[in-house]
Amino acid sequence: MLGFLLRRLGDIIPTFFGVTILVFFLIRLIPGDPILMMAGERGVDAVRYAELKAQYGFDQPIIVQYFNYLLGVFQGDLGKSFVTKRPVFDEFMTLFPATVELSLMGILFAVCIGLPLGVIAAIKRGTIIDHLTMSISLTGYSMPIFWWALLLIMFFSTTLGWTPVSGRLSVFYYIEPTTGFMLIDTLLSGEKGAFTSALSHLVLPTIALGTIPMAVIARMTRSSMLEVLGEEYIRVARAKGLAPIRVVMVHALRNALIPVITVIGLQVGVLLAGAILTETIFSWPGIGKWIVEALNRRDYPTIQGGILMIAFLVMSVNLIVDLLYGVINPRIRHKR
Amino acid sequence: MKANFVKAALGAGLLAATALAAPTAASAKTLVYCSEGSPEGFNPSLYTSGTTFDASSRQVFNRLVQFKRGTTTIVPGLATSWDVSADGTEYTFNLRKGVKFQTTDAFTPTRDFDADDVVFTFMRQWDKNHPYHAVSGGSYEYFNAMSMPDLVKDIVKVDDYTVKFVLNRPEAPFIANMAMDFASILSGEYADKMMEAGTPEDVDLNPVGTGPFQLVQYQKDAVIRYKAFPEYWEGKAAIDNLIFAITPDSTVRYQKLKAGECHVMPYPNPADLPAMEADKDVNLMSQEGLNVGYLGYNTQKEPFTNPKVRKALNMAINKAAIIEGVYQGAGSAAKNPIPPTIWSYNNDTVDDPYDPKAAKAMLAEAGFPEGFTTDIWAMPVQRPYNPNARRMAELIQADWAAIGVKAEIVSYEWGEYLERTKKGEQGTFMLGWTGDNGDPDNFLAVLLGCDAVGGSNRAQWCNEEFDNLIQQAKTTADVLERTRLYEEAQLVFKREAPWATIAHSIVFEPIRNEVVDYKIDPFGGHIFYGVDIKE
Repeated sequence: MLGFLLRRLGDIIPTFFGVTILVFFLIRLIPGDPILMMAGERGVDAVRYAELKAQYGFDQPIIVQYFNYLLGVFQGDLGKSFVTKRPVFDEFMTLFPATVELSLMGILFAVCIGLPLGVIAAIKRGTIIDHLTMSISLTGYSMPIFWWALLLIMFFSTTLGWTPVSGRLSVFYYIEPTTGFMLIDTLLSGEKGAFTSALSHLVLPTIALGTIPMAVIARMTRSSMLEVLGEEYIRVARAKGLAPIRVVMVHALRNALIPVITVIGLQVGVLLAGAILTETIFSWPGIGKWIVEALNRRDYPTIQGGILMIAFLVMSVNLIVDLLYGVINPRIRHKR
Repeated sequence: MKANFVKAALGAGLLAATALAAPTAASAKTLVYCSEGSPEGFNPSLYTSGTTFDASSRQVFNRLVQFKRGTTTIVPGLATSWDVSADGTEYTFNLRKGVKFQTTDAFTPTRDFDADDVVFTFMRQWDKNHPYHAVSGGSYEYFNAMSMPDLVKDIVKVDDYTVKFVLNRPEAPFIANMAMDFASILSGEYADKMMEAGTPEDVDLNPVGTGPFQLVQYQKDAVIRYKAFPEYWEGKAAIDNLIFAITPDSTVRYQKLKAGECHVMPYPNPADLPAMEADKDVNLMSQEGLNVGYLGYNTQKEPFTNPKVRKALNMAINKAAIIEGVYQGAGSAAKNPIPPTIWSYNNDTVDDPYDPKAAKAMLAEAGFPEGFTTDIWAMPVQRPYNPNARRMAELIQADWAAIGVKAEIVSYEWGEYLERTKKGEQGTFMLGWTGDNGDPDNFLAVLLGCDAVGGSNRAQWCNEEFDNLIQQAKTTADVLERTRLYEEAQLVFKREAPWATIAHSIVFEPIRNEVVDYKIDPFGGHIFYGVDIKE
């Protein structure tokens, strides 16, 4: 197991370097000089332009800039935002818990709904239930998040008044962030109603964000289950007279889960990076929106730092998923 | 404070979390503003965006002179009066006595506002060796953009309540500059204390001002909380708490307004306007913006050196169609290069009529009976003064085709676009301007003055008669005389037609009916002092 872990860690280091190179040079290929961008219609004279260039370090050769940046990264310094002049790492850490909270809820929703849907569809293959479940998941998969989220808001918030429109907590609660996770912070604060408010704010974004992964998981589970259900050992298990529920849940599902877990792992990456639309619509103070805004303003340190941190996290999640395979299927950890 | 918010809080349950008015009325009056984004910081001199000014200068700080709410008229602020020397190069400000700075967790002021605070505020921006100059990245873009470093010769503390600004040349718009956001007065005492503590950046993050509201809490991309400053020199604000609920999507902002989760929202989506108009809970306020969107001719490039050609093209443009198709009705036709909300706007100017026949005839007179080929540069970005440059370019292209002028639409990335138009690579181009200080000079000299050719005068237009008028107006302190000069300059502009003035956009501000005394700020700001909520 230790060898397996080290091998996987060995794969991560070159990937990490690759990401720094890609991010650093690619964003500099996007047309648009950050200084001119900041100046806008007002413009900036040549002297001031040179001053600002020196201030941001753009006057050095790009390769020197890169190594300076890398040196900073190794010391845990991701630089300061051009816009807010605050350390990128600090900004990331304030916003990240919100994204994690939403992503976790999203994935929880996707798994809790998607997995049973897939299993039911597989068992009832070819019946109306199967067709119905699969149509629902196809619709979920093809629904543009932007449109879906607005529909949810208009129906549940504006028309029915069941859920708040946007935000993480009613603005009337004044809670200092301790962990950054609103559900935990509201519980710790002990303020009456705050936790319920936080929870109610999570409902719609969770559904909006979780719908696509839910659909993916449901379809993946169905096809994987169908494959496993056709295996010899399932027939043997049935022939032995095992309870059908036991055959499905213990014998079939466990084996069918391996590709599904891969997909769940990949979806976590998609959720972390792709919560952008959901975050924008629901005014969710997370990192997706933060990075897009930085891109629009050519705020290099924020884009670099943000993407690097996300890449790092996605790699970590994938590592954990790889290790999980080993737990589920011992054969994988002994290969190579 | 905490207890107040808790009291004001809505209790448990999903439904309760969405309602607004009932529980707040019970204790403190709270106004919720669904703002469009996070401020870059809380020191207005370091930034240039309206979002930042809304969160800082417009609530927390004051200036020596201020704009009367809802107008571009200058009134006393932290200075009770000011004297201008006969040669127009010395401005002496008499400061208000008994003005208190706000108290925060980190700072308790020991003295009232005085000349030291004024000197600190401006020396920080001006003097490169000032201990605070480089703090928080220290690039004072607005101070620089308004040419303050060249303009100011000296800043002198005459006594505790008198400060003198010595200028290198007479410049009447200087007083308007002093009302701008970057000129917000910071506390020198707070700055000294934070420097001693080794955390000078705190001055820019946790603001201490003399303004009507003080910052309580800021959570990036989520919420900003203020409370009314009880000792505010103009009297405590009518509302007790002010909350900015940061909501970037405009359609969602409207949903929040409808659901009663906020009282005021900025920048509505044009598509939502008809629904807002019909909404009985919402009062849709509107006003012409302090901006102008125009199509400029490169007057140093053939055939646009000839005013007749420019005039002819102006007459071929169907402005009404543009206002309908591009501004979706949220614009008014522009005839002058300055918006009607600015003083000295010349009402007597006669706009070029839309008359393709006359246009074609004039073009023939100018020597182009068959028309010619040119380009139209369209900005790649959306701006308040031009919501869709590409679409506008297409409409103008079609209008010109009708009189035989074939135009190709050209576009570049924004930074590139600005650089190239500065150099004069374009035939015709689209751009616009949003006013900074409400002074006509801020439009006429910046965009059309001879000094600005090769810079922000992208029409490369230098007309002696026009330039004399605006230069004279710049050095005259008498407002009536200045008004006369600017009115005349606008007539010269119209006659020579370096631009086709297209439109001034209309600013819409939907507010809930319970909000009273809200005024649209011509500068695009959102000001909550003086606003109340009906019980």
